[in-house]
Amino acid sequence: MSDALEPPALTDAARRASTVRTPWGEFWRRFRRQRVALLAGGFVVALAAVAVLAPAIVPYDPENFFDYDQLNARPSAAHWFGVDALGRDIFSRILVGARLSLAAGFSSVTVGALLGSLLGLVAGYFGGPWDRLIMRICDVLFAFPGILLAIGVVAVLGPGMANVIVAVAVFSVPTFARLVRGNTLALTQLTYVEAARSIGARDWTIILRHVLPGTVSVVLVYFTLRIGTSIITAASLSFLGMGAQPPTPEWGAMLSEARSELAVAPHVAAFPGLAVFLTVLAFNLLGDGIRDALDPKAGRM
Amino acid sequence: MLKYAVKRLLGLVPTLLVVAVLVFLFVHLLPGDPARLAAGPEADPETVELVRRDLGLDRPMAEQFVGYFSRAVRGDFGRSIRTKRPVMDEIAERFMPTFWLTVWSMAWSVIFGLAVGVLSAVFRHRSPDRAGMALAVSGISIPSFALGMLLVEVFSVELGWLPTIGAGSWKHYVLPSITLGAGVAAVLARFTRASFADILHEDYIRTARAKGLGEAAVVLKHGLRNALVPIVTMMGLQFGFLLGGSIVVEKVFNWPGMGRLLVDAVEMHDYPVIQAEVLLFSLEFILINLAVDVLYGVLNPLIRYE
Repeated sequence: MSDALEPPALTDAARRASTVRTPWGEFWRRFRRQRVALLAGGFVVALAAVAVLAPAIVPYDPENFFDYDQLNARPSAAHWFGVDALGRDIFSRILVGARLSLAAGFSSVTVGALLGSLLGLVAGYFGGPWDRLIMRICDVLFAFPGILLAIGVVAVLGPGMANVIVAVAVFSVPTFARLVRGNTLALTQLTYVEAARSIGARDWTIILRHVLPGTVSVVLVYFTLRIGTSIITAASLSFLGMGAQPPTPEWGAMLSEARSELAVAPHVAAFPGLAVFLTVLAFNLLGDGIRDALDPKAGRM
Repeated sequence: MLKYAVKRLLGLVPTLLVVAVLVFLFVHLLPGDPARLAAGPEADPETVELVRRDLGLDRPMAEQFVGYFSRAVRGDFGRSIRTKRPVMDEIAERFMPTFWLTVWSMAWSVIFGLAVGVLSAVFRHRSPDRAGMALAVSGISIPSFALGMLLVEVFSVELGWLPTIGAGSWKHYVLPSITLGAGVAAVLARFTRASFADILHEDYIRTARAKGLGEAAVVLKHGLRNALVPIVTMMGLQFGFLLGGSIVVEKVFNWPGMGRLLVDAVEMHDYPVIQAEVLLFSLEFILINLAVDVLYGVLNPLIRYE
């Protein structure tokens, strides 16, 4: 009997059947087939690498190098994206700007997702007064249009990139809380949660080991899509003069500075605009791809 | 129907109250002394004390809140620190340009978004769908300030067809409303496509086709009417996005509206104006959501009788 189960005796087909289909394996199998999302993912990875390496690879100092002979010069071999009104190299400023925008988008959404998911888990699992209180807070936060909330936070804390991150994180919280609460409500009704409870597992063990994993996929999709939104919001606040201040090479702040020169040197505005657009586009396409891979039936929202 | 609307309206009271408390506390959350801020940087201590008594900041918090609240209900938000004029007058003259800008943006983006969404659903996985959805994902990804500057560069600077700033004639509305509506149109197109694609598989669509109706009648009469319920909800949610978006777009086009007033107020630390604006923006947002809920009830009789 044991002879029959020796590895050499297994046929190819049997071996393939014996490999376990893990959720992540399934996800990757479906994700790989979407060329646009793969490309977007590649772009995000490349951008992250650029952001990390920016200080080492910039050809010129983004803030303190001034080429006075080439003010507002168009793109050339020496300055790939041209020169702005003060003589600074736009390419170097875009590279360093990637660092700021990605850091702002990523950190604010991480904080928002962590806080929001925690609130959503508590509200959905414990229900009752907890649920009512948390959902009421979310209602209030939803009663302000996102950017208005952010402007309010900046008005209290003062302008600056760190405050912008706080502001953007605050308005990500209710979205994640609602999303996770809905999922938790459905998951707590399932038999395996009942089983865990019946053998005496504690609430937080059930939440962390049995409910949380079930919410990871929706959180991941929203996390990716939300980074795009947050990058736009952070850049918008900088454009309004409430975020990064000149001469910081933040993309929104760069566009704001380029406004007065629009008729003379449109390329000064074009490159930061293009940078925000492509970055956000990549995150949106990546998020769409992840969602389609996790749940092919889900509609495009 | 009326009962449903009243019930929903009453449900808003707690949310509105919390918003009002937050906006009231806003001035007290600010770093520094509100009386000193109101009196100006050069005021001596006696003047600051006078201002404090004048603004009622020396009284207990609860009394202050009641006073603030009863004045706010009557539309009295105090005077602007910058211009010394009543805040309500400042806002009143800025209200209409923002209102019309939002309405025009919503109008074109609904028409355009629905058309692209329906076409994409009907020609699913074919070239009109691909083109429509590529346009939609771009519309979601482009920041409004970048789009606005691009439109100004092309249509005002290069071609000279349209004016850049101001809100005088209909020509002034073209570029700002396109800029503001682009994101909403894109979201609506994606959403319409998704809900429409589901509906095209329903039995009643097959029945409509089976009885020999033309494709246009099937899509527009039987399909669109049923798809409209979730789409109206989405439109309402997007109105909030328009309100927020108008703040950025008004800055790009130097629009004499409420959004730019708010940005200027934050820059100048004009707290009474910020307070009133945040309260009004939120009120508008909440009321629009209420209107959408009621409209939803009109479109979908199932909800009314819950």
